[in-house]
Amino acid sequence: MSQITITHILFLSTALFFIGVYGLLTRRNMITMLMAVELILNSVNINFVAFNKYLYPDNLNGLFFTIFIIAIAAAEAAVAIAIIINIYRNHRSIDVEDNEEMKF
Amino acid sequence: MTTTKIFRAAIFLLFTLIGVAGLYFWLQVEFVAAVQIIVYVGGIVVLIIFSIFLTQQSGVEMEKPSFQRTIFSAIAVLCGAGLTGLLIYQHQFAVNSGNTMDDSPQNIGTKMLDYQDVGFALPFEVISILLLAAMIGAIVIALKSNAEES
Amino acid sequence: MNIYNYTSLIPLLPFAGFLLLALFGKKLPEKISGFLGVLFIGVAALLSLATAYQYFIIDGAINGSYPTLEPIKITWLQFTSSLAIDMGIMLDPISVMMLVVVTFISLMVHIYSLGYMHGETRFATYYSHLQLFTFSMLGLVVSSNLFQIYMFWELVGVSSFLLIGYYYDKPSAVAASKKAFIVTRFADLFFLIGILIMGLTANSFDFNTIIQTLTSTDSIENHGAQFLGFGVLSWALTLIFIGGAGKSAMFPLHIWLPDAMEGPTPVSALIHAATMVVAGVFLVARLFPVFAITDSGALEIVAYVGIFSALFAAVIACTQTDIKRVLAYSTMSQIGFMMFALGVSDFEHGAGYTSSMFHLFTHAFFKSLLFLGAGSVIHAVHSNEMKDMGGLKKYLPITHITFLIACLAIAGIPPFAGFFSKEGILHAAYESNPAIYYVALITSGITAFYMFRLYYSIFWNKQAIHLQNFHGEGTLSMKLPLIILGTLSAVVGFIPFANFITPSGQPGESHLDILFSIAPVLIGITGIIIATVFYKSQNNKADNFAASLNGLYKSAYHKFYIDEVYTFITKKVIFNMIGKPAAWFDKNVVDGLMNAIGNTTTTVSESMKELQSGKVQEYALYFIAGVIGLSLIGIYLWM
Repeated sequence: MSQITITHILFLSTALFFIGVYGLLTRRNMITMLMAVELILNSVNINFVAFNKYLYPDNLNGLFFTIFIIAIAAAEAAVAIAIIINIYRNHRSIDVEDNEEMKF
Repeated sequence: MTTTKIFRAAIFLLFTLIGVAGLYFWLQVEFVAAVQIIVYVGGIVVLIIFSIFLTQQSGVEMEKPSFQRTIFSAIAVLCGAGLTGLLIYQHQFAVNSGNTMDDSPQNIGTKMLDYQDVGFALPFEVISILLLAAMIGAIVIALKSNAEES
Repeated sequence: MNIYNYTSLIPLLPFAGFLLLALFGKKLPEKISGFLGVLFIGVAALLSLATAYQYFIIDGAINGSYPTLEPIKITWLQFTSSLAIDMGIMLDPISVMMLVVVTFISLMVHIYSLGYMHGETRFATYYSHLQLFTFSMLGLVVSSNLFQIYMFWELVGVSSFLLIGYYYDKPSAVAASKKAFIVTRFADLFFLIGILIMGLTANSFDFNTIIQTLTSTDSIENHGAQFLGFGVLSWALTLIFIGGAGKSAMFPLHIWLPDAMEGPTPVSALIHAATMVVAGVFLVARLFPVFAITDSGALEIVAYVGIFSALFAAVIACTQTDIKRVLAYSTMSQIGFMMFALGVSDFEHGAGYTSSMFHLFTHAFFKSLLFLGAGSVIHAVHSNEMKDMGGLKKYLPITHITFLIACLAIAGIPPFAGFFSKEGILHAAYESNPAIYYVALITSGITAFYMFRLYYSIFWNKQAIHLQNFHGEGTLSMKLPLIILGTLSAVVGFIPFANFITPSGQPGESHLDILFSIAPVLIGITGIIIATVFYKSQNNKADNFAASLNGLYKSAYHKFYIDEVYTFITKKVIFNMIGKPAAWFDKNVVDGLMNAIGNTTTTVSESMKELQSGKVQEYALYFIAGVIGLSLIGIYLWM
């Protein structure tokens, strides 16, 4: 395999990040917006691990950050699902365009 | 990502996350890969699929967003990606290809419970409390909606 | 005890009465508020009499002339180191005389109104207005400087407005009060300009200082500044006289006085006969040294305006049928006499000055008596028009006798008061300007004629028709002032006035030229005889005579159409050419600008309102676009 430098991995994580952002901005369903957020968090994890491995191999800071982020993402996903179900019960729809209560 | 059927989107997410785990394996950080598969794939994706069923959306076709929104988002995202890529390309990373990472589970465990300067005992405890809070919060929200229903 | 220290009480007592009655009058019963009013004025009248007694009799002439005292002087506004406005009280012969006149006539009117205004709902308000007027007039006559007199001048105008418009639900009364106020206010504009010029020229507003500065011989040559061919001093004096002419109803600013008869009759007696309308004469008399010594030509203007107004009013009075209007024009005519008497006077002899002030004094008595008598007649027949009156001499005996005394006085028949004062005026006119003397003589004859026309139409002539509700001549409070004033009108002529009042303050000699006074008396008697022939019994002689004069009679009846000229000027010229463009400018340009600013703001905000749509994804889009933009700027453009 050719020499894979850190730059390539960073390109990958950037692409993943911006795909997630696009999904966040474009999707109308709240659950798919949540999925896009998970993508963003994953791209960040890849970034941490790559930096740790290539630039600072003698300590494990990046690794730990990644583990913690995975834990936090799990918690946040749980709470988000709870909120979505609550909204579903009030509005009978999980379309984000229908939640216009903060309009002028 | 841009399918109209939500169940398919969930399955695509599943494959993406498995791919990321594979990337971790290739980077020789097996512990993180394992954690990724257990938590993300086994937990979160399952949670998402449950919620799809709960909100009765599984067979329904989703609506497409407005054309204006798509175009502007695409422009913004492409600009952002271009900018970031340019920056990464131009930057000279000080690659230290000396030692390799020692990521055996014993090392990770020792480090995590180490309360000296390089240890992670404090974040560990904080995360525990955070998980507790998230659990309680989810239960409260679920309870409240139950109370309103009845 | 020094009476002069108490002179400040004289104006302040009516002011206290005004405050008391205005604030609490509605809660007091009618008798109490009337009694309070009479009490305050009564004490003020006693103080005035005491002051006059002290000043003229006890102190007398000091060093050969009556002094000018200033018991109170407070500096109010200091403009420059030499120019200031002081507030103070000045006592000199004419102001002491005016104090007596104003308080005494006001007291008579207060007593009379107890009966006349009995039963009015706003009784206490009426008395409070009367007290306010008395306070303003008293303040005017004791003012020690020009600004103070201007302040009280305006206050007098306000009180007159309130009193003329007392019956405020009658549109004619409201219109009359507005007219009075606007005309006098318009004249006061010129008055103010005159005050300012005078203050600048004399470098002071104080009367004493002005007189001393402007009449010293070296300062006369200094006033060489000219404007449109007239000296500065002439302008100042003429403008001040215009202000006085407005208040004294001289031609052409006389239009408000007949309409002011819409007010209650006691008000007409007080304000428009005895006190307020003589304020202009008083002003000219105050500044008389400046008028007379500096050869400014303003004094001639005073004389000609005076004599013209006298003749003009006398002619109109011959044709009017409303008895109060006849008396109003008579007042204007008599004030014309006072004005031209001042105009023909000079400083050393001062005969015109003295007789003008004497006529002011006597005129106050018999004119207010005439008005109060007219009030009694109106009270009996409930109408102002001559055609509703007649043959009242057996129903209103006291009114009849006192009215006759007053008519004889005003016609100048001896030994009543008017004879002495009018004789003095005619004598002064004869000595300085014979043309004016002959016109004045004719005017005196016309005066006698129309006064007796009035007298006969009320008390003789035909039988009045509507006397059903006749309930007596009026209460004692209405008869008492008539009797007092009647007696005084008969006797005050014998006061040797020139011993007290002359321009220079030195007592003069009052003499009576018997031969000279034959002519005026004869003219007066002729007028009375003509009136008797025409009006004593019912006949057609008067109407035939009037028909033969046709055009002249008609225009005199319509007051020579002066009111129509004024209406034309204001409606066609001022409203159309000045008022309408100004209104257009205000509505379209000024308001339009404000509306445009408002509308622009609203439009901009409406268009920006859409930014807050409530959609989370749009907010996220703005957020990310902003982050990208800022990072672009930060990374590339910062360096």
